[in-house]
Amino acid sequence: MDEIIIYAVVSLAGIGVAAAVILFFIAQKFKVIEDPRIDSVEEALPSANCGGCGFAGCRAFAETIVKNNSLEGMNCPVGGAEVMKVVAEIVGLEVEEKLPEIAVIRCNGNKANAPKKIEYDGPTTCAYAHSLSSGESGCPNGCLGLGDCVEACDFEAIFINPDTGLPVVNDNCVACGACVVACPRDIIELRPRGKKDRRIFVSCVNTEKGAVAKKNCSVACIGCGKCAKVCNFDAITIKNNLAYIDPEKCKLCRKCVEVCPTGAIHELNFPARKPKPTKEVDKPIDLTKRKAVGENDSAKVNKAAEKKNDDK
Amino acid sequence: MGILKTFSLGGIHPPENKISKSEVIESLPISKVVYIPLGQNLGAPAKAVVKRGDEVKVGQLIGKGEAFISANVHSSVSGKVKKIDNIVDTSGYKHPAIVIDVDGDEWLEDIDRSTDVKRDFNLDTAQIIEVIKEKGIVGLGGATFPSHVKLMVPDGKKADYLIINGVECEPYLTADHRIMLERGEEILIGISILMKGLGVEKALIGIENNKPDAIDNLSKLAKEFKGIEVHPLKVQYPQGGEKQLIKALVNREVPSGKLPIEVGCVVNNVGTALAIYEAVQKNKPLIERVVTVTGKSLKRTANLLVRIGTPAKELVEFVGGAPDDTGKVVNGGPMMGKALVSLDAPIVKGSSGILLFKEEETKRVEVTNCIRCGKCISVCPMGLEPVLMAQFSENKMFENLEKELVMDCIECGSCQYTCPAGRPLLDYIRIGKSKVGNIIRNRRK
Repeated sequence: MDEIIIYAVVSLAGIGVAAAVILFFIAQKFKVIEDPRIDSVEEALPSANCGGCGFAGCRAFAETIVKNNSLEGMNCPVGGAEVMKVVAEIVGLEVEEKLPEIAVIRCNGNKANAPKKIEYDGPTTCAYAHSLSSGESGCPNGCLGLGDCVEACDFEAIFINPDTGLPVVNDNCVACGACVVACPRDIIELRPRGKKDRRIFVSCVNTEKGAVAKKNCSVACIGCGKCAKVCNFDAITIKNNLAYIDPEKCKLCRKCVEVCPTGAIHELNFPARKPKPTKEVDKPIDLTKRKAVGENDSAKVNKAAEKKNDDK
Repeated sequence: MGILKTFSLGGIHPPENKISKSEVIESLPISKVVYIPLGQNLGAPAKAVVKRGDEVKVGQLIGKGEAFISANVHSSVSGKVKKIDNIVDTSGYKHPAIVIDVDGDEWLEDIDRSTDVKRDFNLDTAQIIEVIKEKGIVGLGGATFPSHVKLMVPDGKKADYLIINGVECEPYLTADHRIMLERGEEILIGISILMKGLGVEKALIGIENNKPDAIDNLSKLAKEFKGIEVHPLKVQYPQGGEKQLIKALVNREVPSGKLPIEVGCVVNNVGTALAIYEAVQKNKPLIERVVTVTGKSLKRTANLLVRIGTPAKELVEFVGGAPDDTGKVVNGGPMMGKALVSLDAPIVKGSSGILLFKEEETKRVEVTNCIRCGKCISVCPMGLEPVLMAQFSENKMFENLEKELVMDCIECGSCQYTCPAGRPLLDYIRIGKSKVGNIIRNRRK
């Protein structure tokens, strides 16, 4: 009896050892030799796998850098300049420092400025509402407020402000670009955060003629060109009845914000201006309209964010 | 009667609500201003050939279709061109249209306005296609595909059946029903012209069995025409879908991703056949069409002969105005039509009906989770899987969506109608379909 047990144990052990040896040699023969730098680079990355770099995850980003041995056009928006410096050190290359960016919502057609003319009752996704009609305010380029951008965000950086019906971007934003792709109307743009987090942009993407645009929204860009004329740095171009401020040329002087007749140009995170002495001839321009909605409503937005988490 | 022919897969039977079926066609009085969009067909919009201030007569060419798939646009009124501007149309967006201030009702001299029926024609195939192209005829069933392009059979393919769609399977709509009763002979002449244009010997007219008077009328008249047969079909939605109609009438299946010509068939609506009769025999371009105005809360319903470009509100006013409890005004039928954003939107070549729904009739059901019952799959007339297509579309899995053959979906709405959980299946499938369509187009480039 004991012999059978001994034979069983020994033969099983023998098979085990033989298998281990065979596997060892096979593992050696078919070993995939990977540049160990790929692992190091991957470890340095934030592991969000968000796709903001344009690649299928952090590993793919790391592989592409090491295999091509180049940092040309490669940037991790989540990690930012810090992480790119570490990556550059690992692969022994120079990295061009990219300005930190943030998502900017280029529409201020809120419930007050762009009142509802019709009611939409279909599925609550911007993609479908966009395919059916211009939208409840009538502006064919305006924000539909149904939150495809919020759905797309992996970083809880964007929420719809319930009072205005427009999305608001908070500091969690890493400029991965998911919301830009999700918006069917190209309203969201990645722009540089700016010195001291200050930015100036035209909060409108409407390309209709001025009179038509104003019928639907009181703060639309009418393409009058006053901003372009007053800009000393050639940063503003007017195309298709719409002004656009080039962030690379803009020096944040705020002259355009002052002259815009509809209040379409917004300045974010600037200190309040000193009130100018009003001349008899000029109508005083209400500068409080110029601040972006989101800046003063962070409390409301955070509440909305909490509610979203509770609902989940 | 025997067992009625029908298509083989799926289908539903929504309430027919053909409340306007006994209303004789009336001509809607001409509006004071018309708005004629340049893009009223599938394919590229026409280019304006008139400018502000030009005087135009009824039937005059005002927009030329230049691309391969495009159609000419003609003035439906006489008067002066006020402007060429972007106006809100039935798509919910603004598109270029020619706005004309109406003055009188002067027609081009070469158009025959008499109502006597002209039987004989002696044009050859190429001439027929040319006239159809010149007169801006597009499919009046709703898809508005330029008819002359449909008749141009590609090399290597041959048509052996012309199939005429007299089904009108959408609930509420009765425009086709009325023209089959009142202009039956002209329709059959139009069909003969189409047969010559296509080079076929046989034409089959499919009519749903809920129109026995139309079936009788056309059957009687068809005896005088060689090669035209009338077939009653089972009342089942979407019997009027061209692939379903082909299966029902000739028992052939159009392969996935292909057109009916692949199985030797060309399908045209009865309204298109009538428009072709008028184009060839009366030299009349497509400038008016019959539109059903209906709804349960209206004082009366109507089947109106309307000039293209008339704002929808004139049709609604003709039947006594929109009742106070109106929730939606739909352009087209209740299954595949689209709610109007404004009653200023003009009637175009593809407008088959204006439906007014009460507020309570338009309430959307509450959306809940999929219960995996499979009813949507059992009703899909194309044999697709709506539950999976909607899921893939929602989760942006476009590769899988393409594999599900979403491009074969005819957007009939049977799935969404049937879903017990109230899921907006068709809405999601539509989004997915347009995305996949773009992906496929970009791949070809």
